[in-house]
Amino acid sequence: MRDFVSARARAIPPSGIRRFFDIAQTMEDVISLGVGEPDFVTPWCVCEASIYSIEQGSTAYTSNKGTPQLRGAISRYLDAGFGTRYSPEDEIIVTCGVSEAADIAIRAVTDPGDEILVAEPCYVSYTPCVSLAGGVPVTVPCRAEDEFRLTPDALAERITPKTKALIANFPNNPTGGVMQEADWRGIADILVDHDLLLISDEVYGELTYDGSHFSPAKLPELFERTITLNGFSKAFAMTGWRIGYLCAPAEITAAALKIHQYVALCAPVMGQIAAYEALRNGEAEKDAMVREYRLRRNLFVDGLNKLGLACHLPKGAFYAFPSVESTGMTDVEFAETLLREQHVAVVPGSVLGPSGAGHVRCAYAVSRDNLKEALSRMGTFLESLK
Amino acid sequence: MDEKDRILLQLLEENCRTPISELAVLAEVSEQDVRDRIGRLEATGAIRRYGAVIDWERAGNGNVAAVIELKVSPERDFGYDRIAERISRFPQVRSLRLMTGAYDLQLLVTGPSMHEIARFVAEQIAPMDRIRETATHIIMKTYKENGTTFAEREGVERLPYSF
Repeated sequence: MRDFVSARARAIPPSGIRRFFDIAQTMEDVISLGVGEPDFVTPWCVCEASIYSIEQGSTAYTSNKGTPQLRGAISRYLDAGFGTRYSPEDEIIVTCGVSEAADIAIRAVTDPGDEILVAEPCYVSYTPCVSLAGGVPVTVPCRAEDEFRLTPDALAERITPKTKALIANFPNNPTGGVMQEADWRGIADILVDHDLLLISDEVYGELTYDGSHFSPAKLPELFERTITLNGFSKAFAMTGWRIGYLCAPAEITAAALKIHQYVALCAPVMGQIAAYEALRNGEAEKDAMVREYRLRRNLFVDGLNKLGLACHLPKGAFYAFPSVESTGMTDVEFAETLLREQHVAVVPGSVLGPSGAGHVRCAYAVSRDNLKEALSRMGTFLESLK
Repeated sequence: MDEKDRILLQLLEENCRTPISELAVLAEVSEQDVRDRIGRLEATGAIRRYGAVIDWERAGNGNVAAVIELKVSPERDFGYDRIAERISRFPQVRSLRLMTGAYDLQLLVTGPSMHEIARFVAEQIAPMDRIRETATHIIMKTYKENGTTFAEREGVERLPYSF
């Protein structure tokens, strides 16, 4: 029998944390700082609206691009919250999470051989999605000394005549780094000069603690060349509902919609109804969760620094990204030994990009009691190394 | 009250035994600032007292509680305030509120038995001047008190890792 697996599928590297998964599975009392999702249950008003709609028999396909109610609500939400204007008619597609939105955005713009820049460290899907689309992923480092922002110099260095687009995620998973308006202006000049497109994943936008989130599509010179991705998972604690969205000028949206309708048809209707309710009535609970994340960040980052694990104060998302260099271990060794000896799960930074080496990602979206317990176990672990 | 005061009040309401050092880290202010702010909030009466939320039934001391509705004729010049003041002095009255709607004052009363509560209402409250009508509702079960749910819910399993 011949080998049926495609060369493209074969070329995707295996998950960098599969091994950790297997170790954690054998333990009873793991405190997981390894999972990129809120520990909150979705606000009850959102669950209740969706349950009611199911009882009413709302279980069918929706329009490919999502229900008009939800698209309208997303359009108003983006305008009011971030000052970006997208028409609900032809500039917004509701997707199965931001993961799908990223995939169809990349496929809508990538031709074979196109180089797509990926600001790293970052969420793991961008690079394989570029490869699957036939593009060539090229990483751009965001460094600790710049508080993990993307700098014009780092960007300019990686641009070639084949470069077509940049993928960036701010507030950033895994570093918690954010980009303010001035930071984006520097990047915008380069994108315009080289006629590049921006794919901006802003799923952590609501989780911005000092100042407010700046959406790059707000810059007029970027709007026409930006695909904005966002979703409900992180802000409204709705990871399992799988609702994200893609916003872009009409021509790009139409291209992405063709892919979306063939791979997903539409996002699940229950999730769309839930998302609509989240925008209508979920704001107060969202704000309360964001306030709680900020308290957790303060507690956890203070604790890390007291333990001697140098950590900048992340201004967004719900990740702390401390350096483990003081231990003399690599990030992979640190994460594996910490899991084996103290049953605390963190993600080694190097699996999230070369600039993540020497750091570990700790998701502080767990209760303050669990964060204190994790810090105490990490303290015991660090003592044992001396 | 500013944002930092609001954060401190919420943290204290959630757990008034949180150490000052932890409050300072959480609220992003100095420990001295925490002490000053709490002192001020105590002095102005914003913080009334420090207590615990207790599930007495689970603690094994099943006091009976009842909500009592009173229809009251208000007094010229004083409205409901003087009668409310008299009622609030009874230690059996745990909460007392003036309400809109079908009745005027709402009392939360606790006592060792249903009989004791009935006697308290019949002998102490109902005969007071200006009380026109009483209705006593015995509390059968408490599901949530001051934001704390008493029933235990099973947690949901989450993945140990995700990106």
